[in-house]
Amino acid sequence: MNLATHGAALQAAAGHGFLSPSGVEIVFLLVGVVTLGAAVLTVTTRQLVHAALWLVVALGGLAVEYLLLTAEFIAWVQVLIYVGSIVVLLLFGLMLTKAPIGRSPDADSAGRPAALAVAVAAAATLVWVVTDAFRATWIDLDGPAHGSTKVTGQALFRHWVLPFEALSVLLLAALVGAIVLSRKYAAEAGAGPDAGAGTDAGGRAPRTGERQS
Amino acid sequence: MNGALDVVLRLIAVFVVFLAFPLLVGQAEHKVMAHMQGRLGPMHAGGFHGWAQLVADGVKFAQKEDIVPADADRGVFRLAPAVALLPYLLVLIAIPVGPGEGAVGQAIDAGLFYVLAVMGVGVLGSLMAGWASANKFSLLGGLRTAAQLLAYELPMLLAAASVAMAAGTVSLIGVLDAFHWWWVPWQIVGGAVFFVAGLAELQRPPFDMPVADSEIIFGAYTEYTGLRFALFLLAEYAGIVVLSGLTAVLFLGGWHGPFGSDGLGWLWTLLKTAVLAFVVIWLRVSYPRLREDQLQKLAWTVLIPLALAQIALTGVVKVVIS
Repeated sequence: MNLATHGAALQAAAGHGFLSPSGVEIVFLLVGVVTLGAAVLTVTTRQLVHAALWLVVALGGLAVEYLLLTAEFIAWVQVLIYVGSIVVLLLFGLMLTKAPIGRSPDADSAGRPAALAVAVAAAATLVWVVTDAFRATWIDLDGPAHGSTKVTGQALFRHWVLPFEALSVLLLAALVGAIVLSRKYAAEAGAGPDAGAGTDAGGRAPRTGERQS
Repeated sequence: MNGALDVVLRLIAVFVVFLAFPLLVGQAEHKVMAHMQGRLGPMHAGGFHGWAQLVADGVKFAQKEDIVPADADRGVFRLAPAVALLPYLLVLIAIPVGPGEGAVGQAIDAGLFYVLAVMGVGVLGSLMAGWASANKFSLLGGLRTAAQLLAYELPMLLAAASVAMAAGTVSLIGVLDAFHWWWVPWQIVGGAVFFVAGLAELQRPPFDMPVADSEIIFGAYTEYTGLRFALFLLAEYAGIVVLSGLTAVLFLGGWHGPFGSDGLGWLWTLLKTAVLAFVVIWLRVSYPRLREDQLQKLAWTVLIPLALAQIALTGVVKVVIS
């Protein structure tokens, strides 16, 4: 998205061959391999918490890839939101449900082939879209950064304001939905122990309570 | 060649600070707590004022056997202290101590986001330790750590966003360059929110519920001994240094001071950091521990509204003066 709006800063691939990669390109590929490996381990490991920790490696690897593409702001936001918050939420959920140390025999589901098919289809679509959109555009790493905070902010609030606002409305809807869900349960439970937990954690706690009862 | 040497020297300097300052804070905590609470123990070792207490502590930690519980997840258990400690070293690289290019480990364009993002990673160490220890008290400690993070992350980000709005940049050096003395009263509410939320992130009293020793032994660190336990303690003190330094840089003007800020600006940064670190220790000996629900209530009904009000105030003033 950011790259597309700054097409002027990008060069055609005419001067770049795939047989004489620069140092940054080699690092980019290596980090990509590590990220892919961590992602595969995330979905194949039988140990639930290990899956969450491999997810940290995968998300962190993705942040490094953003950095190598000079998109510094996006990289730190990736770490802040995904590694710092989403994974902590995941681990919180795993701890609440007492994820065992060692293998979880029931971690496998019958939907494995279907999940694989969906994953492959999604990956193929994404790869196809990205290659079709950018083809052989190349980022000039020596010039001014194309992903600095200033450039990203200008692109976001000048060219992409509408999608940005639409996303805000989507998040607001999710927020309201979470509040509605947790309040409904509190009303049904009456003076249950979770009835007073009207905080962020309250939206999660009643659902776990529901499963246990 | 000169550039490479410069980078290496800066990294070495940051590393030395990272090794020395947390120990200084630890020593100060011993002494301040001893004076405030009339504790005799920390004033005994080595004779004069108990100067050797920290050395004795270090020797004690190094002598202890490194035990991994039989049922623990060995790999994660061993990795957790490093995950808890390293982020603070990385954050320290980006904190400017003085004016100009020479007084920061590495100038980072999105420095504010960098420090907040990397500081957040340190919490994963506590969570990993809590889960991998195969101990229910550790697990409870990990749970409390995660619940605490959900509460303080948002007010901390909002308070930091207020400063970024005021300065018009997310670079820590840029924030300091744009600083004027009247920012202190202007941003004081945001500063207080940031500092309190940071205390909760460090699990320092009065927000030490995740390691409440009278309830759950020592939370996520219950099963740790020897050097690995010392690493967790070091992470806590490094966290105090980082939080105090960040608060000083963002809200108190860092190297700006009433006089002498051109040549001796770094002294102002250190002075402000030291005073804030003292406040952190002071709070430990003077405030009772908050319960989980009290912390959540404080975060969602006090800190977040205050941070939002600060952002509104920042926006209004910014529009008026521009």
